[in-house]
Formats: sequence, C-alpha cells, structure tokens
Amino acid sequence: MTTTVTGKRSQESLRDPAAGRRALAAVVVLLLLWPGVIWTEFSPAVLFDPQNRQTIGHFLGTFLPPNFSPEFLRLIAKSTLETLALATAGMALAIAFALPLALIVARSLSISRIGPGPGRGAGNLLRTLVRFVLMVLRGIPEIVWALLFVRAVGLGPAAGVLAIAITYSGMLGKIYSEIFESGDVQPARVLLESGSGRLGSFFYGILPGALPELVSYTIYRWECAIRASVVMGFVGAGGLGQQMELSMRLLNGGEASTILLTFLLLVLLADAVSALLRRALT
Amino acid sequence: MAAFYWSTALGLVAVTWLSFHYLALDLSQLFTIKEATRMTQYAASFFPPDLSADYLVRAARGMAETLAISAIGTALAALAGVFLALPAAGYFGAVVRAASKLVLNFLRAVPELVWAAIMVLAAGLGPFAGTLALAVHTAGVLGRLFAETLENTPREPQLALSDAGSPASAAFIYGTLPAAIPQFVAYALYRWEYNIRMAAVLGFVGAGGLGQMLYFSLSLFQQQQACTIILAMLVLVAIVDAVSAWLRKRLVL
Repeated sequence: MTTTVTGKRSQESLRDPAAGRRALAAVVVLLLLWPGVIWTEFSPAVLFDPQNRQTIGHFLGTFLPPNFSPEFLRLIAKSTLETLALATAGMALAIAFALPLALIVARSLSISRIGPGPGRGAGNLLRTLVRFVLMVLRGIPEIVWALLFVRAVGLGPAAGVLAIAITYSGMLGKIYSEIFESGDVQPARVLLESGSGRLGSFFYGILPGALPELVSYTIYRWECAIRASVVMGFVGAGGLGQQMELSMRLLNGGEASTILLTFLLLVLLADAVSALLRRALT
Repeated sequence: MAAFYWSTALGLVAVTWLSFHYLALDLSQLFTIKEATRMTQYAASFFPPDLSADYLVRAARGMAETLAISAIGTALAALAGVFLALPAAGYFGAVVRAASKLVLNFLRAVPELVWAAIMVLAAGLGPFAGTLALAVHTAGVLGRLFAETLENTPREPQLALSDAGSPASAAFIYGTLPAAIPQFVAYALYRWEYNIRMAAVLGFVGAGGLGQMLYFSLSLFQQQQACTIILAMLVLVAIVDAVSAWLRKRLVL
C-alpha cells in the first residue's frame, strides 16, 4: 500500500511543473508570428525552383577561384582606399558638426540653469530643439541618406561622405553630450558660477576628464563607419560596395568572392587598428 | 608620452587630409549659391509628404511587410542561433567547436545587404529574400552571443543532473537552459530592434518592405511619396523600440 503511494508521488514530482505555462507561451508566440509568415511570402520551396537554383548555382559555382588578376586587384585596391577615405572624411565632418551641437545640448554647460535668471526657458527650448534635430539625423539610416544624396549630388563618394557625416553627427552629438554630463561636472559648474564662459568652462572643467571616453567612442564609431561605407556603394555612393553591386549584377562570382574576401580583411583590419588606437590613446 | 600623443594626433589630421584629397572632394562647391539653391529645392520637393488615403494604405502594407521581415528573420535566427551555439560552446568537443565558430564568424562578417543581394538571386525578388538574409546574418550574431551565454552559465546543475543519471539532453534542458533563456530572449529582442532598421533598407536590393517602396519612389522622382515612406520608417522603428523595451522589462527582469 505505502509503496504504491510513494510510487505515485514520485511519478507526479517527475513532471515539469512549468510545462503547461511554457507550452502556452510557445503557442502564443507562434500565433503572433503567423501573420508574419504570410506577409513575408515565406515559402522555402522557391529555393528549389529550377530557375532560381540555376541562377544561384551558376553564381556560387563561379565563386572559386576568386579573381586575382592584377588589373582587377588594382581596381579593388582603389575601391578599398576609396571606402577608407570615405569613412574617414565622413567621420571628420561628423565630429565637426557634432561637437558644437553637443556643447549646446549638454546641460552641465548651461549658464541659465545655475540659478533663477533670465533665459532659462529659451535655453531649454533651444536644447530640446537641437536634441530633436540630432534624433532625426541619426534616426534615418545612413544608407537612406546615401540614396537621397546620390540623387542630390550625383553618383560617387561625395554622397557617401555626406551620408556618414549626417548620420554620425546625430549619433556622436548625442553620445558626446551624454559624456559631458556624466563625468564630474562640478569643476565646470564652479567655473560657470565664477563667471567663466561656456567654452572656457568646457575646455578647463569638462574636457580633461571626458577626453579618454570621447576618443574611445569616436574611434569605435570610425570602425562602424567603415563597415557602413562598405555597403554604401550598393546605392551608388562609391567604394567597394559599388564594385560588389556591379559584379553581382553581372553574376560574376569570381569577382564577388574577391570583393567579399576584401570586405572581411578590411573589417578585421579596422577592428585591429581601432583596438590598438583605443589602447594607445586612452 | 606627450610626444606620442602629439604625433598620433598629427597622424590623424594627416590621414583626414589625405582622405579628402584622395576623394577629390570639393565641399566648397556644395556651398555655392547655385548649388545651395538646387539642394534646397530638392529638399523642399519632399514636402509636404503624400498623405492621401490611397498611399497611406500602401505605406501601412509596407510597414507590415518590414515588421514581418524583421520579426520572422530574427525568430529564425534565434532558432538557428541556439543550434549553432551548442557546438560553439564546446558541447561536442574542441574540433567541432572551432569549426562552428568559423561558420558563425563567416555568417556574421558578410553584411546583411550582401546576403540580401545573394538571397534575391536564390529566392527571387520579394520579402522572403529579405527574411532569409536577415536570418542568416543574425544567426551568426546570435549564435556567438548565445554560445558566450552558455559558456558563462554555471555548469553545476547540469553536472548534478547527469551524475544523478539523467540523459544528456534532459540534463541540458533542465540544468543549463533555464538559467540561459532570459539572456537569450534579451539578446534576441535587442537584435530585433536593430533588424527592424535593417529590414527597412534591405529593399534597396529588391528584398521587399519599405526599402523597396522608397527605392521605387525615388527612382520615379516621387519625392513626396518617399517622404511618407521615410516617416513610416521612423514611426516603425519607434514602435519596435518601445515594444521591445517593454517586453525586455517584463520578460527578463
């Protein structure tokens, strides 16, 4: 009698007490995702459609060997330099735009916030306005800006530079202002209270403490800018992406695989240089 | 040390100058009166956005498609990521681990847009290609993050279970997985926030969604419609950010 009771109890305790809830959660997630499956026209069968299979098969089949002919390598080297230059020039412009905007937005440099006095409302309004501008600048992806600028200034790297400059000034401006506010803001405040101007209290009160973080974040963003400018060319904004787009449109697998290898090398290199610079400078 | 700083700073300035020089960028040209008027006119042609009911319906459909691409792509990637993370966390030996890490790195290193261009060839134009492209790239990202999570999860519960005689699969599911799942969900949601932005632009290479509509409208010089689409992108991103943040707070903490 007793053995059957314990047997039954151990049987029960072996069952997962949370199984029901987990199953319910899984069903709910699947139900929520179901319309997505329809909207994405999800059908793995098209992968086996004979025509598609022939196209992709032919394309991937020509991936090996990669095209290492001297004239193509020279072309790729030129595009790689263009990509690097594009990212660097874009970042330089972005820093030039972002710094003044960040100085306006940073609350730690606000004279009107020190005490009751005129201009407090106007100051808040200006800060909110600039904050909003920064949000719009970074809210639109860089490749959308690139697409717009390609139509405004024509095909080529200039569109890419402007796209990087706009998006990244939005990102840098926000982060810079946060860095200016997050460190020790007491020195800047003391300077402001004793009558120093905004720029003076920035250079002597905030910059010395904030510089390492500023440099580190900027280098990290430069690395991101290189990744971004690699694909920017897909909409015609110059660099490696434009070569890739061309090779893919012509279904030239050998060229495509060479460019992919260059992508990988470039990203690894940017990674290493960025890590090195960050370690050396901060 | 000061000499080192100055030389690095000087080097950076030189590199920047070289970059502008190499691209032969003449930015002053952009600020001539003629060019500035042209740019202003182009920018003005985007306003007001096309808010006719007809086009808003189409934009809403594009939003739904983009949302679906990002959600299904991320969900597939999370699923694949778990299966790739198991070998990459060293559950099947060192050789399999190195091999699966290589696969993960490759998936991750090829940008989404390139995957999309390849998938358009494999699956034809449309949102399915975009979904696959996002899934493949994100599987590489999530697989790596999931593997790191598994490696950082204490092994003791699993060891205790398998010492007590449970089979390896049950020991993993009841010993390790419960501790790792909140982190998995958090990573997947973070990545979803990123992927909604990607899904919005994958259409540039023909992979469906808002991006494809934007590309069309700009090619046809319908700037006002393009403006509607850009606004739709901003709204969609804001919605997904809010939902994801809310879910993360509810599910993970």
